[in-house]
Amino acid sequence: MSTAAITLPAASSHTFGRTLRIFFNETRFEFLRLLRTRAFSFSVIGFPVVFYIFFGLIMNRGASIQGVLVAKYMLAGYTVFGMVGAALFGIGVGMAAELSAGWLEVKRASPMPPLAYLLAKCITAMAFGVVIVSLLTLLGITAGHVSLTLAQYGRMIALAIVGVVPFAAMGMVLALLVPASSAPGIANMLYLPMSFCGGLWIPIMFLPKLLQHFAVVLPTYHVAQLMLGAFGFAATGSNSSHWFGLLGFTLLMLGIAWIGFRRLEQRS
Amino acid sequence: MTSVLDMPTTASATDTVASLGHVTKRYANGVLALDDLSLTLRRGEIVALLGPNGAGKSTAVKLMMGLSSPTSGSVSIFGADPRQTAARLRTGVMLQIGTAPHMLRVREQVQLFRGYYPDPMPYADIVKAAGLSGIEDRFFVQLSGGQKQRMLFALALAGDPDILFLDEPTVGLDIEARRAMWAQIRSLAARGKTVLLTTHYLEEADALAHRIIVLNKGKLVCSGTPAEVKSLGAAATSSQPNAIGLKIIRCVTTLGEDHLLAMPGVGGIEAAGAFSIITTSQPEATLREMLALDQSLHSLEVNSPALEDAFLALTSN
Repeated sequence: MSTAAITLPAASSHTFGRTLRIFFNETRFEFLRLLRTRAFSFSVIGFPVVFYIFFGLIMNRGASIQGVLVAKYMLAGYTVFGMVGAALFGIGVGMAAELSAGWLEVKRASPMPPLAYLLAKCITAMAFGVVIVSLLTLLGITAGHVSLTLAQYGRMIALAIVGVVPFAAMGMVLALLVPASSAPGIANMLYLPMSFCGGLWIPIMFLPKLLQHFAVVLPTYHVAQLMLGAFGFAATGSNSSHWFGLLGFTLLMLGIAWIGFRRLEQRS
Repeated sequence: MTSVLDMPTTASATDTVASLGHVTKRYANGVLALDDLSLTLRRGEIVALLGPNGAGKSTAVKLMMGLSSPTSGSVSIFGADPRQTAARLRTGVMLQIGTAPHMLRVREQVQLFRGYYPDPMPYADIVKAAGLSGIEDRFFVQLSGGQKQRMLFALALAGDPDILFLDEPTVGLDIEARRAMWAQIRSLAARGKTVLLTTHYLEEADALAHRIIVLNKGKLVCSGTPAEVKSLGAAATSSQPNAIGLKIIRCVTTLGEDHLLAMPGVGGIEAAGAFSIITTSQPEATLREMLALDQSLHSLEVNSPALEDAFLALTSN
């Protein structure tokens, strides 16, 4: 017993190249997993597409709001609707399930960098966001007479990527605070009212005044306004106010997630 | 019944690869899971952690996996904190969860985990060791309970680790698959790997482990080879001072209880129907005398104490 214990060899951490590869593979398989999970991919991609076809392309055919085609206006709203769904259900509900099943512990006990897990989920939600933007844009151009410059499309893609971050943080809060069995229900209870009140389905200026004021605390409202701004159409507020709104919301969510994570650590 | 397997030679038996030093773990809800527990794992040995539910087995394993931190005391894996990447690179774990991402194929999950390590076990070797050939392209959700368990075992092997922590590894396996996993665990130990497993199957601990550690209420009750633990357990029931080498003699005899108790080595006598059950530390001497005195003695059986009895004796009260 008194002999020296065996210790670790000198080279015992990840090289940069391997770390990068782990991040890449983690993301690739997270995306594949969600794409194959039909309950997720069909609803997260299908709902915005079907809603856009009904409310953007069929019901308001040829109509316009303040000089902008409804089909183009709705493109922004339903894109954001899709992004939020991908983040809340992909990250929130997905992580809640993995947490309660104990799968997260297997990952934590492995040498995978913990950030790879979170980033893989976040990037996957972004990728779904990009898929949704592209599908809706394609529909708008081919069936709704929407005209879009390449620069506008580029800005939409960029927003679909950056705009996922606040909802990814919100998904993390959901996963850390809500039991897995009630996570899907609670995600829907947040998702649908937040979409309606943020002006994703009905343009914000057609909502009651009270709701318009309330919208300022909703990240959906800010992202939608930025998305509209990408077409040169901003209904309310300055761009910087929307960015501040999103930043504030993201920081608040990360703060709550941190408390939730500490609570979890203390229990283990 | 297998008793003492070939113990690692004395030279390697002193090579400590992991240890708990005076570890106390109290959860936030006030439950005291471990109470001043110290144990060491050595290179190339298979150690079974036994204990009733709530004894602290899973807590001890989770501490060594770096999934939890002790309230006081030290946890060390290869001289490092188990939460460091350096330690994680050399450990493989299998938790009592029975689940993994449903919509990933067996092949994909194994390859993903192999990618975490600089020097993983070759893919073909993992498939062979965990018995996954033929089901590599199935989604996890399509696997049977035993196949799921085997895939989780494969993930533990992925990094070709030097220490394996297996929490109830053979739950849900049929006899054949269980024996195949035992064979794998033995061959890992033969290659110098250390395996710590918790199990509910006493037969498994008996057949597989070089050393058994019995926990109860967060404390170490005893530690030793399966044979030693059985003897200690028998001693606990018959309050026999000299425990090692205890045997249980079962026979039909006309000799009286007082007479038997006076014989060399006899520590306890029980009657079970027509049979007498005699616990003795000197079985040869006892038997010689019994056979000489009772010509009609028949239905003789001599057994080592069963691990199950030992376990119950050691963990009661």
